[in-house]
Amino acid sequence: MGKCVCIIAEFRHGAFRRVTYEVASEGKRLADALGVGLCAVAVGSGVADKAAELGRYAVDKVFAVDDPALENYLAESYVPLVADVLAGCDPAAVVMSASVDGKDFAARLSARLKAGLAQDCTQVVCENGKIKAKRPVFAGKCYGWCEWAEGALPVISCRPNVMDCLAPMEDKKAEVEKVQVSIPQTRSCVKSLDLDTSGKVELTEAEIIVSGGRGMKGPENYAMLEELAKVLGAAVGASRAAVDSGWRPHADQVGQTGKVVNPNLYIAVGISGAIQHLAGMGSSKFIVAVNKDSEAPIFSKADYGVVEDLFNFVPAFTEEIRKLKSSCS
Amino acid sequence: MNVAVLLKQTPDTESVIRIASDGKSIVTDDLKWIVNPYDEFAVEAALRLKEKHGGSVTIISWGPQRVVESIRTALAMGADTGVLIDDPALERSDSLGVATALAAAVKELNPDIVLCGSRAVDYDMAQRGPMVAEFLGWPHLALAVSVDSDGKSVTIDRPIEGGKVVLESSLPAVVTFGGSHAVWNPRYASLPGIMKAKKKPLAVKKLADLGVDAAVVGAAKVRVTSMEMPLQRAAGKLVDGGLDTAGKAVELVRALHQEAKVI
Repeated sequence: MGKCVCIIAEFRHGAFRRVTYEVASEGKRLADALGVGLCAVAVGSGVADKAAELGRYAVDKVFAVDDPALENYLAESYVPLVADVLAGCDPAAVVMSASVDGKDFAARLSARLKAGLAQDCTQVVCENGKIKAKRPVFAGKCYGWCEWAEGALPVISCRPNVMDCLAPMEDKKAEVEKVQVSIPQTRSCVKSLDLDTSGKVELTEAEIIVSGGRGMKGPENYAMLEELAKVLGAAVGASRAAVDSGWRPHADQVGQTGKVVNPNLYIAVGISGAIQHLAGMGSSKFIVAVNKDSEAPIFSKADYGVVEDLFNFVPAFTEEIRKLKSSCS
Repeated sequence: MNVAVLLKQTPDTESVIRIASDGKSIVTDDLKWIVNPYDEFAVEAALRLKEKHGGSVTIISWGPQRVVESIRTALAMGADTGVLIDDPALERSDSLGVATALAAAVKELNPDIVLCGSRAVDYDMAQRGPMVAEFLGWPHLALAVSVDSDGKSVTIDRPIEGGKVVLESSLPAVVTFGGSHAVWNPRYASLPGIMKAKKKPLAVKKLADLGVDAAVVGAAKVRVTSMEMPLQRAAGKLVDGGLDTAGKAVELVRALHQEAKVI
């Protein structure tokens, strides 16, 4: 068995992404079950100065690959660098995030390591030293448990927003080893990076999502959902019907084609609940459906259902939330 | 520009999925099979590249004989030739094994660019494209919502959490596709297209034909050992009680705040 569980940190634009703390927390639970330490590999420009803070989430040692040329994630450069570091630390398992970049990275890294990858896992267990990972398949219509062949290195990516985060240990710092590397020559490059600074909440990371479907009747009516989302601090999603109609951008599509989301609260407005949509939001912790058709399939998934004309209900609901928020603050 | 598309056949997204009696696979008897939607976007992008630059589009797929139908669908859309890797070792394989076989098929064709879906809507592995690129030693650009090429290089838009990046690579390269039907609007097969597709060349190969060791491909590093259905949600309740619209709004906010504690 390897000497440690090794996580791959996700460092972007001067900070670790929150999902890295979830991954470290899950890595720690796995490391404890295996009776080994927890290491991290962190790649990025300026990462060495920040790496010690991973200690707050139980990382013992960080291998920092720090170079100005590594400002932006690029599979072609990050993968060989991380693979070289991993070769030196003999991991028992490699754990990372199933973020957009994480999934991409995990796949190429696993090919390079000739390792078996379980992508987008929602649970990792260790029984008698044997690792098993659970992952949604068919966009969550069912789950599969993955196991690794004897001697195979488990590579696991964890779905964001699912793994419990450890309470940070404020005074604990990880040991940092700066790894000297030569930056690989690449044929691919990042031409530009355009970050949305509007403060819009990303669907896959949102704690609350307000989603609209065909019942919204047109793009202009989404202003109502934007307003509700603003009051709730939520992200706005859409069904495939709404996106196919050109009412909403494709990035907002929730479903088996589109994004699979798992917020604490999912509010489906004017969405009938096609099976491919239900697959994309069915693992939300709490579901509210608003639809004037009491027979709509969405009600079978909803914790609370409201049979109402959404054009009357949503403004009234928004107003009540506003009252609640002002009474709390 | 010669384009290869790696295409997977998947159950239709409207399918009800049931676990088979072995406890680790799904019941496939009554499924309707389709081209994985993300691979369909790749086919559409391939045809647009061919329209701009000339050349050919080859569909590479794997699986049993039923997959021929999906390859024919892509040929009817306008692709030129098809290759099906039909080998029992692939049924025991994992993504690594599948990617090994696909990379070997790509090497035989020696295309300028390889396109495929960023994921398949069945097992959501999201591994095939980057793995094939690694085995070929090519760059890959993942999750494209747009693609453009001048014949020497390729550029894509890639949405990431909270923004967008533009990626570029010289050719040859692998591009994987994200987006949605609304973004790619994949063309339908025309009736003449369907008739023509029946006569287009479609080769069926075994792993040995590609110089790949079936024993290696069949020896999965990771496999699904059991499957389970999601927990059934407890029956929900309707916010009603004879309330009017405003009353229901008040009651829902109360329930979300006090009972569910989610707002």
